[in-house]
Amino acid sequence: FYLTPPQVNSILKANEYSFKVPEFDGKNVSSVLGFDSNQLPANAPIEDRRSAATCLQTRGMLLGVFDGHAGCACAQAVSERLFYYIAVSLLPHETLLEIENAVESGRALLPILQWHKHPNDYFSKEASKLYFNSLRTYWQELIDLNSGETTDVKEALINAFKRLDNDISLEAQVGDPNSFLNYLVLRVAFSGATACVAHVDGVDLHIANTGDSRAMLGVQEEDGSWSAVNLSYDHNAQNEREVKRVKMEHPKSEEKSLVKQDRLLGLLMPFRAFGDVKFKWSIELQKRVVESGPDQLNDNEYTKFIPPNYHTPPYLTAEPEVIYHKLRPQDKFLVLATDGLWETMHRQDVARIVGEYLTGVHHQQPIAVGGYKVTLGQMHGLLTERRARISSVFEDQNAATHLIRHAVGNNEFGTVDHERLSKMLSLPEELARMYRDDITITVVQFNSHVI
Amino acid sequence: AASMFLRLLSDVRWRAANPRWRRSTCSRRSTSSTAEPPSVPLPAQAQVVICGGGIMGTSVAYHLSKMGWKDIVLLEQGRLAAGTTRFCAGIVSTARHVSIELKMADYSNKLYQQLEQETGVKTGYVKTGSISLAQTQDRLISLKRIASSLSVMGIPCEIITPKQVAQLHPLINIHDLVGAMYVPEDALVSSANVSLALATAASRNGVQIHERTSVSHVSIQKGCVAGVETDRGQIQCQYFVNCAGQWAYELGHSGEEPVNIPLHACEHFYLLTHPLKEPLASNLPTIVDPDGRIYIRNWQGGILSGGFEKNPKPLFTEGRNQLEIQHLQEDWDHFEPLLSALLRRMPDLEALQIMQLVNCPESFTPDMRCIMGESPTVRGYFVLAGMNSAGISYGGGAGKYLAEWMVNGYPSENVWPLDLKRFGSLQSSRTFLRHRVMEVMPLMCDLKVPRWDFQTGRQLRTSPLYDRLDAQGARWMEKHGFERVKYFVPPGKDLLDLDQRKTFYKPDWFDIVGSEVKCCKEAVCVIDMSSFTKFEISSTGDQALESLQYLFSNDLDVPVGHVVHTGMLNEKGGYENDCSIARLSKRSFFMISPTDQQVHCWAWLKNRLPDDSNLTMEDVTWKYTALNLIGPRAVDVLSELSYAPITPDHFPSLFCKEMSVGYANGIRVMSITHTGEPGFMLYIPIEYALHVYNEVMNMGQKYGIRNAGYYALRSLRIEKFFAFWGQDLDAFTTPMECGREFQVKLEKGMQFLGQEALMEQKQNGVYKRFTMFILEDHDTDMDLWPWWGEPIFRNGRYVGKTTSSAYSYTLERHVCLGFVQHFDEKTGAQLVVTTDFINQGEYEIDIAGQRFQAKAKLYPFSSLFTQRRRKDEVELSGYQRE
Repeated sequence: FYLTPPQVNSILKANEYSFKVPEFDGKNVSSVLGFDSNQLPANAPIEDRRSAATCLQTRGMLLGVFDGHAGCACAQAVSERLFYYIAVSLLPHETLLEIENAVESGRALLPILQWHKHPNDYFSKEASKLYFNSLRTYWQELIDLNSGETTDVKEALINAFKRLDNDISLEAQVGDPNSFLNYLVLRVAFSGATACVAHVDGVDLHIANTGDSRAMLGVQEEDGSWSAVNLSYDHNAQNEREVKRVKMEHPKSEEKSLVKQDRLLGLLMPFRAFGDVKFKWSIELQKRVVESGPDQLNDNEYTKFIPPNYHTPPYLTAEPEVIYHKLRPQDKFLVLATDGLWETMHRQDVARIVGEYLTGVHHQQPIAVGGYKVTLGQMHGLLTERRARISSVFEDQNAATHLIRHAVGNNEFGTVDHERLSKMLSLPEELARMYRDDITITVVQFNSHVI
Repeated sequence: AASMFLRLLSDVRWRAANPRWRRSTCSRRSTSSTAEPPSVPLPAQAQVVICGGGIMGTSVAYHLSKMGWKDIVLLEQGRLAAGTTRFCAGIVSTARHVSIELKMADYSNKLYQQLEQETGVKTGYVKTGSISLAQTQDRLISLKRIASSLSVMGIPCEIITPKQVAQLHPLINIHDLVGAMYVPEDALVSSANVSLALATAASRNGVQIHERTSVSHVSIQKGCVAGVETDRGQIQCQYFVNCAGQWAYELGHSGEEPVNIPLHACEHFYLLTHPLKEPLASNLPTIVDPDGRIYIRNWQGGILSGGFEKNPKPLFTEGRNQLEIQHLQEDWDHFEPLLSALLRRMPDLEALQIMQLVNCPESFTPDMRCIMGESPTVRGYFVLAGMNSAGISYGGGAGKYLAEWMVNGYPSENVWPLDLKRFGSLQSSRTFLRHRVMEVMPLMCDLKVPRWDFQTGRQLRTSPLYDRLDAQGARWMEKHGFERVKYFVPPGKDLLDLDQRKTFYKPDWFDIVGSEVKCCKEAVCVIDMSSFTKFEISSTGDQALESLQYLFSNDLDVPVGHVVHTGMLNEKGGYENDCSIARLSKRSFFMISPTDQQVHCWAWLKNRLPDDSNLTMEDVTWKYTALNLIGPRAVDVLSELSYAPITPDHFPSLFCKEMSVGYANGIRVMSITHTGEPGFMLYIPIEYALHVYNEVMNMGQKYGIRNAGYYALRSLRIEKFFAFWGQDLDAFTTPMECGREFQVKLEKGMQFLGQEALMEQKQNGVYKRFTMFILEDHDTDMDLWPWWGEPIFRNGRYVGKTTSSAYSYTLERHVCLGFVQHFDEKTGAQLVVTTDFINQGEYEIDIAGQRFQAKAKLYPFSSLFTQRRRKDEVELSGYQRE
């Protein structure tokens, strides 16, 4: 079984989305030129989500990738809701009042976000009222709390993350008279999602990360070559600080059972996440909610299962780590991607591939033989591959698609091997997850003329 | 593994990686006396200063000193033979398309062969032979044409089969070949050492050579070279020779009076490898694979292989930067198609280890031919540059011709195809050159087919009617920057696209041109011929007439209103130009010459007309649009438009009148058509051009008028045996040799240029004779078409070459024009050619190795003139120019 190049392309391009910041008077005054985004599923259905939106009442743009686990419900909810929480956290007191007054008197609401969505990126209509009420409660509290201080972006991000996770938890505890919604909020709470969100406003770039997705900055050095700068830390067992943090938060007696086989309580890969109330609620609360919940939940072995050595919850938090970076002219792009990408590619390669893609072919590093022993045949092979790489650049109109092509199809030379690509994409559903994870990528291109 | 040898290029230096050539440079220092240390002061004056110590400069110095000129200084800004000459691949190949280039290469080869013996400097000369491969039948035809030319010059060459190729070269993959041409006497040299050998010999003959001396500009007084300014002082001189290679353009522009030398550099890459396990023999033939765009020669047991890619990289557009030539980057990605072609041709080389990819810039010219000769604007300023990557092949011959030019006033061969004066300032825009050389460099390997037109640098000079004609289906060609119509594609008819049109056989426009010719014969056609060069010469007294009487061979003292066809001859009686001159008044003349004469003719006249403020010459080319009304009904159209009697009594042949056409007044109407057909030339002030054209087309409708192009004109003039300057006629052809004695007035009562030579020819006879050949057993549909340059055989013996050819729609035969010579069967010496000699032979024309019977004629078919208006007023053997 073999996929033709057009078939491969149609698979790769099914979820691609590009957004270009509109120009005014022939000039783009924003620090963001636009972004390319794409997803390639391995799970069926895919558990990754992505979001992108422009804040309309404050300046700035929000972009995020969300990696769901134990189902996609939590990732879906976070992808719909988180940016509203962030936007609201950023709003000044007067705007919050204006919005609240509008809702109170039934007037049209000021739009808060302009979404940039692929047609496949859906919002759940049924829950919108519920979600809206939770959000309104949040801004009402913010109005009451009015500190009079200007909003700090870092703080707003942390507050929004925590608040949303809290609302997810509360909604599940309270339940909903509508049985569909009742089941939905429970699924959201019992599944989990990591989030990696960027907020770009002029030269100010904030990355808020919860879990093991990653943000990486592509930097062009003076000699034209590309390097990568990490703008997030993975929250998993490979991160010593993270392991230390978890151990600090629990009694010494649990030290051995906290992290087993590189997983939290031997179960969970990310050490921070939305949802996953199984790692947050007390055993009593979990049992009560499951028992009073709908049958579907009761029948699910996973939700009923209590993690071993579960003594001092919560073990998990949605609180993000926020990194601030002031953009420099050499910062050309930002890659946000779920761990499906980072498992297959080194960030340095990601920086090079995207960099070469965005700048065109001519920045490919020239080859020199120098003092090495190279035969004509070797050189010929190398040049042919380089040319193939160039032609694959031209094939993709989307940087994220281009990156996925490399992530899935790269051979040992770092060039796309069509045969390999074809094999990886034609794997049956049940096998796909064994060879690769869901991949979600958003590549934001910065505007060097403004920075 | 792949990235292991990725490195930044700037670490690599050519010198470090090429110990052999470095060694040769060192040895030169100790063994030869060519270069003096920089401390030796420059002389205050010299007869000749040559700028450039590459193969061209040293060759000119060598030949000048051999011819007896001793007071010569050669200046080199860096080291001798350090520029393109140093880097070039060292292949001496005589397989050339243009006959003069072939002669230069042949001479170079013979010169280099004995140079080591003559000078004691090792030149690395090895006679390896060369094999040009053909992957297609068309390529093989192209090679066969060259083979025909080589054979008649006595250069051994052979068309061989792929199997024979394999026997001559062990590494070649022959599976995709259809044949090849083997030239066993082609050679390899170390080009830098050839240059040093020439310098050594020149130095022994008294030429002073100064390295590390750069010329900043050339000073000029009264239009002549006066001296040069260098960074080490001034030198007064009478002659300056610009051999600055890719810097020649800039050097030409550095003086007060710019000298336009249209050339532009492109990067050129070749590969050097380590030796094979079993090192290649040093006498292994050089391989040229034009379809793969590559050449391959043996090099120190390994190979050297380069080529001419489809997407060249022009450089130095912004100007000169001497340092950069040392720091040019290798570009492997750019070389990839050529490497693929190399490995396809020699698959066994896969395991061969790379030594170096060399980036050696070469300069290219707008028409793929080199540039030599004297500047049209500065006397004593000579140029030899723009070798289109064949510098080592041409070096010897080109240097010889230029030296002859300087010493004798003209080379021993016709070098008009290479003459600097074929270009003017219009070809020296940097943008034009940059774009054109990007087209020219790939053409080095492309098939050379008849009637090829450049695609870049077009629409520079156009007639005011351009848009009108274009809208009516005109297809264009270009001459001296001027767009001219080839033919008009009728509505609804599609022609092949550009690539498919390349053919050696019957072209796709055959029927289109046929119908245009028919219309010229039976009704009336209009051809826009505005590109012709037009001068007006006038004076207050008789100066104009007197001067022109001396410079032209025909009698110009004719009544006002007469048109005279006349040659502008040199001292040997050869045609420097062929023109029509109308006497506008007692004291002013209107002169019409071929398009590409604009620079040459101007310079020729400027240099010879007396310096008299009462005598003026003006180039009025741009002021007039010229329409040629050809055909028996032209007279009807014109008389209806002018309300003037145009009957032969009022307007005989070879007359010129100012009259009104439509509303427009002051149109110069001449009863000539340049084809032998009846009709008129209308010289129209450009602002009236559109009006007159519209009127002619409207009025002509009822007479069946249509547009026609130059291809129709060409067919008409060739079947009438009209010679054309630049193709049939050149500076080595006299009127006596082409049946134009009637255009020479030997007894016009005063001396004229070339008179003595012509008198002598009249007395002693001529050594070549312009002859017309009608192909007999040639199938127009199936056989290869003649072009020009085909060898002519008389009774099986070579007697000359064709100069032009066309299909005659009237005769329904191909007509070739060419010169017949008479070589003594034993000695090969040239004998007088008599009418009997021409008439008593059996002739054959060789087209790409295939011979066709031909009938020779010294006069055109009289039947072709039956439609003339009046038998006694035939425009007998007028001239034709394209």
